[in-house]
Amino acid sequence: METLAMHISNGIINGPVAAVFAAIALAAMALCVLRGRQDLDDRLAPMAGLVAAFIFAVQMLNFPIFTAGVSGHLLGGALAAMLVGPWVGALCVAVVLVVQALVFGDGGVAMLGLNITNMAVIGIAVAYLVIALLLRVLPRTMAGLSITAFVSALVSVVVAAMGFVLQYQLGGTTDLGGNLSGLAGTMAVSHLFIGVGEGLITATTVVTVAKVRPDLVYALRALKPATPAPAPALGGVR
Amino acid sequence: MKRSLGFVFGGLLVALLLAGVVSNFASSHPDGLDSSLREGCTFDADDEITGGSCPAQEEKEHEIGGPLADYGISGLDNDILSTGLSGVLGVLLTFAVAGGTFWLVRRRGPEPAPEHVAGSPGAGRTDPATTDPTATNKA
Repeated sequence: METLAMHISNGIINGPVAAVFAAIALAAMALCVLRGRQDLDDRLAPMAGLVAAFIFAVQMLNFPIFTAGVSGHLLGGALAAMLVGPWVGALCVAVVLVVQALVFGDGGVAMLGLNITNMAVIGIAVAYLVIALLLRVLPRTMAGLSITAFVSALVSVVVAAMGFVLQYQLGGTTDLGGNLSGLAGTMAVSHLFIGVGEGLITATTVVTVAKVRPDLVYALRALKPATPAPAPALGGVR
Repeated sequence: MKRSLGFVFGGLLVALLLAGVVSNFASSHPDGLDSSLREGCTFDADDEITGGSCPAQEEKEHEIGGPLADYGISGLDNDILSTGLSGVLGVLLTFAVAGGTFWLVRRRGPEPAPEHVAGSPGAGRTDPATTDPTATNKA
C-alpha cells in the first residue's frame, strides 16, 4: 500500500534520453551556482536552507484533487522563486529532489536529470517570468503579492507537467501508438487542479512571510516598482 | 541577523510539524504524474498491474531503496511513527544539506558594501540639501 512515489521512477523514460536531461540539469545547476552566489549572503543562505526543508515537508502532504483517486502535492518552484530568487530557488528544489532520490527512494537516481529539469529548471524559470511580470503590473499590496504567488505557481506547475510529456515523447518506454494526446491531456488536467492547490499553498506561505519579514521575500527586494511609488503595505518596512 | 536566525528556527519548527505530524493526514492516492502513467492499466487490491497497457508497467526498481524508502522507517510497524519520523529526518537532512551548502558557497567579505556606497553619496547629498534652504533664505 506504499504508493508514495511522487517523481519519475526508473524505467519510465529510456536511458539515453535520461542521460541527455541529466547533462542539461547539471549544466543548469552549475549556472545556478554561479549566478546564485551573487544572491547568497549571510542572510539568504540560512533562509534558502529553510526553503528547501519546507519544500521537502510540504511535498509529503498529498492533497486530494477533483477526481476520486488522484492526489497532488507541492512542487515548490514558485515558492522558492518568490522567497529566495530563481537561481538559489532552483538549487533548493534540486537539493530536495536529490535527497528524495538518494535517501527516500522517490524518483529513480537515473531519472534525476529529468525530474530536476521539470521541477527545478522549467518550474522555476516559468514561475519567475510570471512573478517578474505580475509584480510590475499589480499593485504593491498583499493582494497583489498573493495573486502573483498564486498565478505563478499555477502556471509553473502546468508547464512543468508538460515538460514530462515532452520527455515522454522523446524517450517514453511504453508504445502509446505515437499518440501522446491522452497522456498530455490527463497530465494537463490533473496538474491544472494541482496547480490550484500549489497556488493556494504558495500564496499563503509567501503572504505569511511577507507579513512577518518582508525583507526576506526576494521578489519584493529584487523587483522594485519602476517608480518609487508609496508602496503602501509592503515596501516601507525595510 | 539574530532575528533572521529566529525566523529560520521558527520556520524549521513549522516544517518539522508538517512533515512529522500533518504528513499522516496526506492523501495516499497516486499523484497527478503517477495516475497519468497508470491510465490504461487495471490494478488489483495490492496495486499490482492486472492487465491493460500503460506507461507505469515499465516501471523498474529503485537503485538504492534504503531504510527510509517510500517515506517510512523500514522495520517500524507503527505507520504513524514511521511516516512522521521519516519526515522529521528528511526535513533535518534537507536543511543540513541545503543550508550547509549555501553557507559554504555564500558570498563573503565586507557585507554591507551596497549600503556604504549608497551612504556616502547620500551623505554628500544631504549637505547641499540642508544648505539649499539657507541659500534661499538668504536670497
